[in-house]
Amino acid sequence: MTLLDVRDLHVTYGTGAAAVPAVRGVDLTLAAGQKLGLAGESGCGKSTLALALLRLLPRPARVRGEILLDGEDVLTMSWGRLRAVRWAGASIVFQGAMHSLNAVHRVRDQIAEPILLHRLETSQAAARRRAEGLLEQVGLPAARGGAYPHELSGGQRQRVMIAMALACDPRLVVADEPTTALDVMIQAQILRLIERLVAEHGIGLLMISHDLAVLSDTCDRLAVMYAGRIVEEGPAQRVFTAAEHPYSGALAAAFPTVGRAADRRAPQGLPGDPPDPARLPGGCTFHPRCPVALETCAADEPRLREAGPGRRAACVHVDSVKEAR
Amino acid sequence: MSGESAEKPGTTSKGAKDAKPRTPAGGRAEPGADGGALAGPLLDADGLRVVFPGRHGAPAARAVDGVNLSIGAGEIVALVGESGCGKTTLARALLGLVRPTAGAVSFRGAPLSYGSRALRAYRRRVQLVLQDPSGSLNPRHTVYDAVAEGLRIHGSPGDERAAVASALSRAGLRPPERFFLRYPHELSGGQRQRVVIAGALVLDPQLIVADEPVASLDASVRGEILALLLRLRDQLGLSALVVTHDLGLAWNIADRVAVMYLGRIVEAGPVEQVLTAPRHPYTKALLSVLPESGTEPVVLTGEPPDPARIPGGCRFHARCQHLASGAAASAGVAAACRGTDLPVLPGTGTGVACHLTASRAATPAT
Amino acid sequence: MSTEALGEEPGAEPPDTGAPAKSAAPADSADSAADPGALAWARRRRSAARFWRAYRGQRAGLVGLVALAVIAFTALAAPLLVGSDADSVTDAPGTALENPSTEFPLGTDQFGRSVLDLLVYGARISLTVGLLAAALTVGIGTLVGMLAGHYGGWLSGVLMRVTDFFLVMPTLVLAIVLATVMSRSVTTVIIAIGVAAWPKTARLVRAQTLAIEARPYVERARALGGGHTHVMRRHVLPNVLPLVLAQTTLVISEAILTEATLAFLGLGDPQVVSWGGMLQDAREAGAISSGHWSFLVPPGIAIAVVALCFTLAGRALESVLNPKLGVAK
Repeated sequence: MTLLDVRDLHVTYGTGAAAVPAVRGVDLTLAAGQKLGLAGESGCGKSTLALALLRLLPRPARVRGEILLDGEDVLTMSWGRLRAVRWAGASIVFQGAMHSLNAVHRVRDQIAEPILLHRLETSQAAARRRAEGLLEQVGLPAARGGAYPHELSGGQRQRVMIAMALACDPRLVVADEPTTALDVMIQAQILRLIERLVAEHGIGLLMISHDLAVLSDTCDRLAVMYAGRIVEEGPAQRVFTAAEHPYSGALAAAFPTVGRAADRRAPQGLPGDPPDPARLPGGCTFHPRCPVALETCAADEPRLREAGPGRRAACVHVDSVKEAR
Repeated sequence: MSGESAEKPGTTSKGAKDAKPRTPAGGRAEPGADGGALAGPLLDADGLRVVFPGRHGAPAARAVDGVNLSIGAGEIVALVGESGCGKTTLARALLGLVRPTAGAVSFRGAPLSYGSRALRAYRRRVQLVLQDPSGSLNPRHTVYDAVAEGLRIHGSPGDERAAVASALSRAGLRPPERFFLRYPHELSGGQRQRVVIAGALVLDPQLIVADEPVASLDASVRGEILALLLRLRDQLGLSALVVTHDLGLAWNIADRVAVMYLGRIVEAGPVEQVLTAPRHPYTKALLSVLPESGTEPVVLTGEPPDPARIPGGCRFHARCQHLASGAAASAGVAAACRGTDLPVLPGTGTGVACHLTASRAATPAT
Repeated sequence: MSTEALGEEPGAEPPDTGAPAKSAAPADSADSAADPGALAWARRRRSAARFWRAYRGQRAGLVGLVALAVIAFTALAAPLLVGSDADSVTDAPGTALENPSTEFPLGTDQFGRSVLDLLVYGARISLTVGLLAAALTVGIGTLVGMLAGHYGGWLSGVLMRVTDFFLVMPTLVLAIVLATVMSRSVTTVIIAIGVAAWPKTARLVRAQTLAIEARPYVERARALGGGHTHVMRRHVLPNVLPLVLAQTTLVISEAILTEATLAFLGLGDPQVVSWGGMLQDAREAGAISSGHWSFLVPPGIAIAVVALCFTLAGRALESVLNPKLGVAK
């Protein structure tokens, strides 16, 4: 049984004429122990999607569709049940580790807070011991638990955030840009840590990032989002190295591989800018920037369709490619 | 408030304004080759040190701790390193924004003087592009004002409107008139960075120092901005120092790369050589953790150490994988790694600051 | 932070939709065609209109503004409305301390002058002193705050110590001392208030200056070759001004109150009629004990109303210019 099953998810900010669609019909599935990468640029709706999974979106956002976590719909569950699910069922690691930690509490106490809240431990002392155990799991000495967030480096804070996310043994971890603000070497440390923890605990990981290269390196499967929709999905390496959708291809090319002659002195970009969710182009939302757009692309928005084993892509060229072969 | 500069243009000769784009300097793959007018490097740092005094009794931070670096005309140099390694301080020292504690910066062979008039003249020639294009534009100024700012500061004569329009179109914002009265918040991230670049180009500089120019941009836009820097070099012979943590970026546009660790350049040389056959263990480690690197990742443990407490000997020895694995010991340099300081690398050509590499070069491995 | 919502800036950002919306630069078709100068004007007019719409939404501020307009008009037109000799002691129209009547709606003072007429004349002094003293306060405060914030180092140290010195001195006591040692005139009162009240503004401006100096665009301006004057004039001042503007209106009401207090304590200019002076006259004439409320109460209320109006307008201005403060709501 799948751990997470998102069906036809829509998220809209505002109402009436001012309504801005941020997520426009997303289907996702994730099994326990699996790592799914969600890639996209700013404004594509990936962070909104992450927040929607735990019903963390602010008021003016309207959510439609189904989010089944272990078969239970997050969108319709009671408030009390949702509270339980938020830590024990699924937890989230945000990108800004500095702002997500409370500056006036010791990190050990911050990790212990959800443990006490969900009554996994009943005494302060036991919760602290557990918190220190978690710190060691994420590679920080237990003694660092007595530190305040500002006394830690960026990488250490991100480790604390991960320890917090693991505090209640969640089944699903959503990591929203977990390494974006970090240096290459620290990023590598954190990614190794996440991989190890996912493997040890059999957690389902949904990792969200703009960095397609990092996602393809870390995750099993990859979904690429553009303008609120998934435009391509498939095995991570395949999507990165042989994209079916022109957008995924362009995004992958934007991350050069050191040592590859084709990337030398040839930075690859995509003309134009990511679309404004409030003013999406008609037809295929990617057609104004697409190097291989057809006339019909301005009129019809293609749906995701089969594009090889375990792969789907939303592009008119997908079928023609298949037929030609 | 039209913001005309209070002072007159000063003594700077004002002929460069109308000068047509200079001919591309040398072959693009020939780093260090001059356009003929200039012998020696365009910008040269010699034994540069920047020390920030410690506060409240803390030891002084040696942010830049002895750096030689030369940038030739028409050359793009990437300065690579982790945050806190001093690369941004070095860039600011090269721009004259930070006064070095020791050592000298010279431009076209003449040492930089820090009088306000001399600095002003220098800043016509060398321009800064910052990481965050949203922050580097005053939200109250239109695109036109932002680009014209440099002209007004320097009191440049001539047709301001034409100069601004030409700079905007060189930066890829066409037609320029459409952008004149836009405010930064009406532009996308990529367009904002182009405005910042246009603001630098309007003074016809010879060198651009770009501090993480694309780090805060969307991936698809990033390539376009990098391509712009390459095109400016090819068309105008513009040199660039690109400060970045991204080795892929260096591979994308740079001719030469210098890898910085804890205030020193530890390896430098042509991009092809340094990035495909790295010789310093730190460079090797940085390359190995890149996605798609194809090699077993060497994940260094710990955080980059503190510039206020630089270890003795090789400054990398505490995290060095070769020392940890015993490779240095078997080559007989472990004691040197821990105790003997390495010389400062020369500013041009190739170099690597590593005892192990030096010993292997001296006695070829069997 | 956050004074960026000033009228100069057109086009409110699209509402923060959580998913950061990259606005794809709405193509203003007119932009490319017409003359930039005229367009810049049009933009400025549009932003002024937007500012006015936002201000109009602040009901209390609107009330304050309208009341101030009425009071200012009355003060300016005082000679026309009540005659230019209303403050003359020698040809006073009535007898001393009359009660309100149809001829003198608020009665007369101890010399037989109409209290209503005096009240109208007093507005001139109160407003003049309030505006000029506030201008002086804000002028000194902005200058000191900007210099301290921009240059830092020892200059900042010295300036801020001086500021602290004036800050801990009770404003009124300082003003009293100054008004005592200098010759008694309106100018003295203005200087006394101005010198005593600037430190708060200086602190505020310095903090804002420091915030702006940390922005990358200031570093960019320096790297372009901009000197101290350029950075302060083109980048710091425009960003400090909205804050200062809101501060000014608040300082005015304080200045009016201080002026009234000084006059009440007998430190004002004895030659001119002011509300504080009227209060003192009323006290000296025994209006309190004899129950001549019509002489005593109106100047007091007038002072309170004008000060309140400026405060209302200032708060409204502050919340329009600086919505993140969340004041006056």
